[in-house]
Amino acid sequence: MEKMPVHDEVAQAIQPAILTGSEILWATLVGEGVTEVFGYPGGAILPAYDALRKFPIRHILVRHEQGAAHMADGYARASGKVGVAIATSGPGATNLVTGIATAMMDSIPIVCITGQVSSKVLGTDAFQEIDITGITLPVTKHNFLVSRAEDIAPAIRAAFQIAQSGRPGPVLVDITKDAQQARADFDFAAAQPRPYTPHPMLHCTDHKLHHAAELIRKAERPVILAGHGILQSRAGEQVRSLAERMQIPVGLTLLGLGAFPASHPLSMGMMGMHGESWVNHAIQNADLLIACGMRFDDRVIGTPATYAPNAKKIHIEIDPAEINKNIPVDVALVGDLREVLEQLLPLLPGRDGSAWLRSIEDSKGSAAVRDIRNLPDSGHLYAAHVMHDLWRITEGRAIVATDVGQHQMWEAQYYHHDHPRTLITSGGLGTMGFALPAGIGAKVACPDREVWVIAGDGGFQMTASELATIAQEKLKVNIAIINNGYLGMVRQWQEFFYERNYESTPLVSPDFVKLADAHGIAGAAVSTRAELASVVERARQHNGPFLINFLVEQEDSVYPMIPVGSALHEMIRRPDHNPLVETPQDF
Amino acid sequence: MLHTFVAYVEDKPGVLTRVASLFRRLNINIISLTVGRSERAGYSRMTIVADASDQAGHRIRASLYKLEDVAEVDDISGVSAVTRELALIKVAANAESRSGVFELAEVFRARIVDLAPESLMIEITGVESKIEGLIQVLNERENRVLEVCRSGKMTMRRGHHTSRVLRAMGVTDIPDGIEPVDPD
Repeated sequence: MEKMPVHDEVAQAIQPAILTGSEILWATLVGEGVTEVFGYPGGAILPAYDALRKFPIRHILVRHEQGAAHMADGYARASGKVGVAIATSGPGATNLVTGIATAMMDSIPIVCITGQVSSKVLGTDAFQEIDITGITLPVTKHNFLVSRAEDIAPAIRAAFQIAQSGRPGPVLVDITKDAQQARADFDFAAAQPRPYTPHPMLHCTDHKLHHAAELIRKAERPVILAGHGILQSRAGEQVRSLAERMQIPVGLTLLGLGAFPASHPLSMGMMGMHGESWVNHAIQNADLLIACGMRFDDRVIGTPATYAPNAKKIHIEIDPAEINKNIPVDVALVGDLREVLEQLLPLLPGRDGSAWLRSIEDSKGSAAVRDIRNLPDSGHLYAAHVMHDLWRITEGRAIVATDVGQHQMWEAQYYHHDHPRTLITSGGLGTMGFALPAGIGAKVACPDREVWVIAGDGGFQMTASELATIAQEKLKVNIAIINNGYLGMVRQWQEFFYERNYESTPLVSPDFVKLADAHGIAGAAVSTRAELASVVERARQHNGPFLINFLVEQEDSVYPMIPVGSALHEMIRRPDHNPLVETPQDF
Repeated sequence: MLHTFVAYVEDKPGVLTRVASLFRRLNINIISLTVGRSERAGYSRMTIVADASDQAGHRIRASLYKLEDVAEVDDISGVSAVTRELALIKVAANAESRSGVFELAEVFRARIVDLAPESLMIEITGVESKIEGLIQVLNERENRVLEVCRSGKMTMRRGHHTSRVLRAMGVTDIPDGIEPVDPD
């Protein structure tokens, strides 16, 4: 039989009919535009799985439900669409929790569907029963317990609306087994949720806009703080207009990377704990901060009391609960970033910012000289080399999913993101094991894009079982393991703050190339910079997934670093000579 | 300081948990919480009194609004409002000692709503200090208080100040600044 065109399949799936709850579930997902889901079957969700084959949805079978949630997350981050994860009751549902919390902290729209025991036995401690709506209450934007077939479509449709609207976030829908089995009238259109109402405390009056514009016009040393909200509200162009017209330098948060092009002359790079020294100095010396879709996270501000002491602060933010949470601000423009900027831009005529830009440029001087990029190629393999060369070879166009720790910071420092949604990383929760499944999700969302998973030897092992998912689904995902034999970031803290007491951080790992091979995935190890480029090229050309085990300098640290409790300008800088990692021939 | 919020929430399972969980997450103690049906079908009205820093009011209100089941939140700390609490107080009293309690009830404008051979029950409404005053005086009468049940505070703004009330009255041109906004 000839395959139906997609829109016909969708139209057919959402025809009003009397269906089982399971069929209603899939039909509603199809109606919401879902084409892929990540999941793992089990008893309480089995009726839903039984009905899956009737619907035009691809199911990616994961190896652990945490992977399903991260994949849905990576899918959402890469595409801007809602990611969907599905799991059974009990342990299936609890395994999702880390992934849901990760999405919550980074405001990622995902919908998680869990099976639940039959409504007749709810609350009886039935086999694989768990109160997942109770457990996920603080880590979801909202959740639903559905125990009737007729409630499934409205709940799923509301979940999609909630996940995407305002400040996005994860929503969980828990559906009892009997609701999946019962039959009910299905009417996709009638199940539409009530119209979305913006948060009632959005507040951006003309008076406030004029006040903000006046502060921007009068500022001598302004800095734009570019955050994740730029991606969420698709405001990249407006932020760029603001920066260019008023000649304001831009510092980025980790999750903001890609929201403003790294190669833009006004881009300073990443701010915060491992941000570039000149960015943090610029912020500390600024007389005006314009925060665009960022939340003054503690990793960005150092210590609240000493943060940008002489700067007025304008906060453009969609979530009123973020205003004055960590840093008191002078003007809060509470609303959608793009809409606010579109109102603000006409009030800004232009400005000469050359003196301030020149002084920032001057402050880069010594920092750049000590940059690890300038180390000779003949020396050891540094993680920074890997990031820099990956960036160069992929021309900065790959989607990069990173894990958490040193490699994540090096990636942020040396892989320059010019394009939105090219960095997929767990910022708020800092979830190790995120990279591999999130990269899989990104690849499923964007099959034509080059995807690199970059993970440390520690984090990779937390979700390494998803290698099997890559193999089964035949996904062309490239994997770079930054292997330094330690839980590197923890080791770095032990080096700096615990007198090099490397307690429980040295790591014995499997041979990752053999592990890949056991999954039918090609791989190679790299221990010198000389081999780096050719192996990366081999991986890119290889018809199928490829894993590279980069054996990097073991006791290298991420610089600069702001110790917890210090001010933003009190950075630990890369020492001129680090006896832990550099041998004389490096010079 | 004590913050008082009035919230209209959807009348369905789990809503109370969501509201309570928000305060728990912020490590804020709820001093008093009353919930009951409201004039709006399908919505309950909550009066929440919580002890939090002076600056916390804005964030709590904004966070309450982020809950899907919360329709409206009014921060009425420091505004002109009527606040009442209801208490039922059971006091040990026999035929000989009743008259003294009757007199006290009279002074406090409380009512005797149950009379048994060894005890009686007082119903009192009023502000917190009035109720506490009665309990204190009763306690001074040799531990005569057996049981106290207090409703927690119920509060309503004086006049018709909120935009919702104005809308309900048919006013379409609602002036700016009626409701609390962010404090910059």
